[in-house]
Amino acid sequence: MQSRNNIILVILIILVALATYIALPIDHFDWFKKMVAPHQDGPQALTLRLGLDLQGGTQIQLEPDLPSGQKATDEQLDLARAIIERRVNGLGVNESLVQTGKDRIIVALPGVDDPDAAIETLRGTGQLEFVDLGDNPERLGAGDEINTSNGPAENPTTDTVYETVMTGDKLKNVDVRRDPNTQKPYIAFELTPEGSKIFGEYSGKNIGKFLAIVMDKTILSAPVIQAKITDAGQITGNFTLDEAQNLAIQMKYGALPVPLKVVDVRTVGPSLGEDSVRRSLLAGTIGIIVVLLFMLAFYRLPGFLADLALLSFVSFNIALYKIIPVVLTLPGIAGFLLTTGTAVDANILIFERMREELRAGRSLPSAVEAGFSRAWTSILDSNLSTILTGLILLYFGSNFGASVVQGFAITLIIGVLVSMFTAVFATRTFMRFIIQYFAEPLKDKLSWFSV
Amino acid sequence: MYDIIKHRRWYYIFSTLIIVPGLLIMLYSMLTIGTPFRLSIDFTGGSLWELRFSEPVAPGEMVEFFHSQGISDANVHTIGDENTLVIRTKEITPEEKVALMSAMEKQFGEKPEELQFRAVGPTVGKEVTRTAFIAVIMASLVILGFIIWAFRQVDHPFRYGVSAIIAMIHDVLVASAFFSLMGFISGWEVDALFLTALLTVIGFSVQDTIVVFDRIRENSRRRKGESFEVIANRSLLETVQRSVATQINAMFVMIALLLFGGVTIRQFIATMFIGMLSGTYSSIFIATPLLVSWQNHEGVFGWFHRDKKKSQSKKAATA
Repeated sequence: MQSRNNIILVILIILVALATYIALPIDHFDWFKKMVAPHQDGPQALTLRLGLDLQGGTQIQLEPDLPSGQKATDEQLDLARAIIERRVNGLGVNESLVQTGKDRIIVALPGVDDPDAAIETLRGTGQLEFVDLGDNPERLGAGDEINTSNGPAENPTTDTVYETVMTGDKLKNVDVRRDPNTQKPYIAFELTPEGSKIFGEYSGKNIGKFLAIVMDKTILSAPVIQAKITDAGQITGNFTLDEAQNLAIQMKYGALPVPLKVVDVRTVGPSLGEDSVRRSLLAGTIGIIVVLLFMLAFYRLPGFLADLALLSFVSFNIALYKIIPVVLTLPGIAGFLLTTGTAVDANILIFERMREELRAGRSLPSAVEAGFSRAWTSILDSNLSTILTGLILLYFGSNFGASVVQGFAITLIIGVLVSMFTAVFATRTFMRFIIQYFAEPLKDKLSWFSV
Repeated sequence: MYDIIKHRRWYYIFSTLIIVPGLLIMLYSMLTIGTPFRLSIDFTGGSLWELRFSEPVAPGEMVEFFHSQGISDANVHTIGDENTLVIRTKEITPEEKVALMSAMEKQFGEKPEELQFRAVGPTVGKEVTRTAFIAVIMASLVILGFIIWAFRQVDHPFRYGVSAIIAMIHDVLVASAFFSLMGFISGWEVDALFLTALLTVIGFSVQDTIVVFDRIRENSRRRKGESFEVIANRSLLETVQRSVATQINAMFVMIALLLFGGVTIRQFIATMFIGMLSGTYSSIFIATPLLVSWQNHEGVFGWFHRDKKKSQSKKAATA
């Protein structure tokens, strides 16, 4: 029993040290990142992620803009999301996030410099280009990104800059048809008079060469020019009907399969975010220090042990935020700080119980054990009610105010769970260690237990 | 032993004296603006723009500017200092926003720093209102179920559940009344964070009540000879120090957040603060006394019990 407690204590100390190391705002060793957080990669691994309200940035919710009664299909929404995602990547914003939820596309752009321009890019019809690949020496195909004479790509597959023959605005009409003989689908397109002139001249000179159809610098298809094309042409290839339709839609609507409208925008300027971080840090530090002092003054020796537990509580929480990872928001920080109260509450319940047992004349070791076991049901019941509330918040949070409510719910739930570990388990281990070695000298010093 | 329970009528009267004026404020608000609180754009849809200029700009000047741009419903006030303006309007589309920004640059001679911008479409607003309603109802039901389950081994677990829920509604009303009042005094508006605060108050209110009820459950088992009233009183006295200590700690954290924390969560924290204060009060002075009143079939609780004699004889047998 006694040696077992010592082993637990050693494991606990190692865990706390580990959590504290993870929590420190330093650049951790690569092998350590891989070991602790194998599901994260890149420079973001094991860093504290801040929400839009803390680092500044924009969150936009887009909804299909269709006549009432019509609804976008899941496929359309998915395609739209994929296209938006490509554009977002093109913006070069770190940690940007594109999700679909409830018929909406939610785009988060943390730390973006010019939110208005970013929204413009997202909603704008994508840029379609017809690009001359020549003999296609680099064997480029669908999915590759290329630099064109119209502008560089974000992550080009090669460094070569290819010549843009024509842009998509010179397309008049795009359709999917089937070859009457083979039943194979192909894309038929018509050109404006200006487009006919450019395209006719180019295609006449380049029969047998490769022509890439490029959307937002990504190749959609790279067919070979079969004949001179003037006012109307076709793109044939080995595609299924669905693929052909998608390609046609992208060519026709600039990219998006359904028109989108912005239904919700939340922008926080960087200076407000910085201010919030600074203030939260100050408020948190002051709050925790006052609580630490209060526990020490009110409960003496057990209070000191509870303080140790509270400090490890802070380390564990921050470490978990980094490992999971949790995106910290302003309400999220409030949720975390509130659970420091929960953590301390568990200790208060235990110590009050201990004090009662000591007053009732129990010996120190048995009063300590009784304090923990008797307080446990109260701690569990009351914490379960908070966790239940947290889960409800988490579930409904996706609907109101999006990340704001969820951020609070997540830190609240994590905090309550961690508090049961540190305030009950860790404090008990510390306490048993003290009792084991110092029960005799402490016997006459019950005032240390504030009795 | 000090008898807290004995004075329960006074606690009921005290709470009524707080809650009835609170309800009146909300009623007055219903009559004047149509809702019990001022609603933020989260619920109504619309735009909120927080801009910082390098020099003071009069709110009236900004209203006029918006009017000249064809937006007649702009509501402008300063926040923090005279350089920072909060502008609330109908929903502004991204295109309108870009146009407004450049027109503003011309009019005021500088491009203001954008501290915050929020635009909510009307459909989103409606949806938020609906889910918010469901969330609060759901939370109450889940908690009621949880308490009935947690106290399934005592006599009348339903009474524990209902008493805790009444205490919880008490706290929600106090927090709501406070918010409604602040709506009149300082123009506070209900947003998603207010709901979060309410749900948190619900969670923590029940937490406080459970701790007391837990003690009643334990003492009922250990002290079979005592009347329920004595057991309840004993349980209150045994847990009161914990309630106070915990409340003081939570207050430290929340006061620190109020004084030094970000402006954007100040209303959120203040609402939670009032709600939790009420939560600790109600767990001692409402939930447990209600349980005793119910057990003794006093007042309203007597109406449900025509077979009063039967249960009273049962009580005599246990005593």
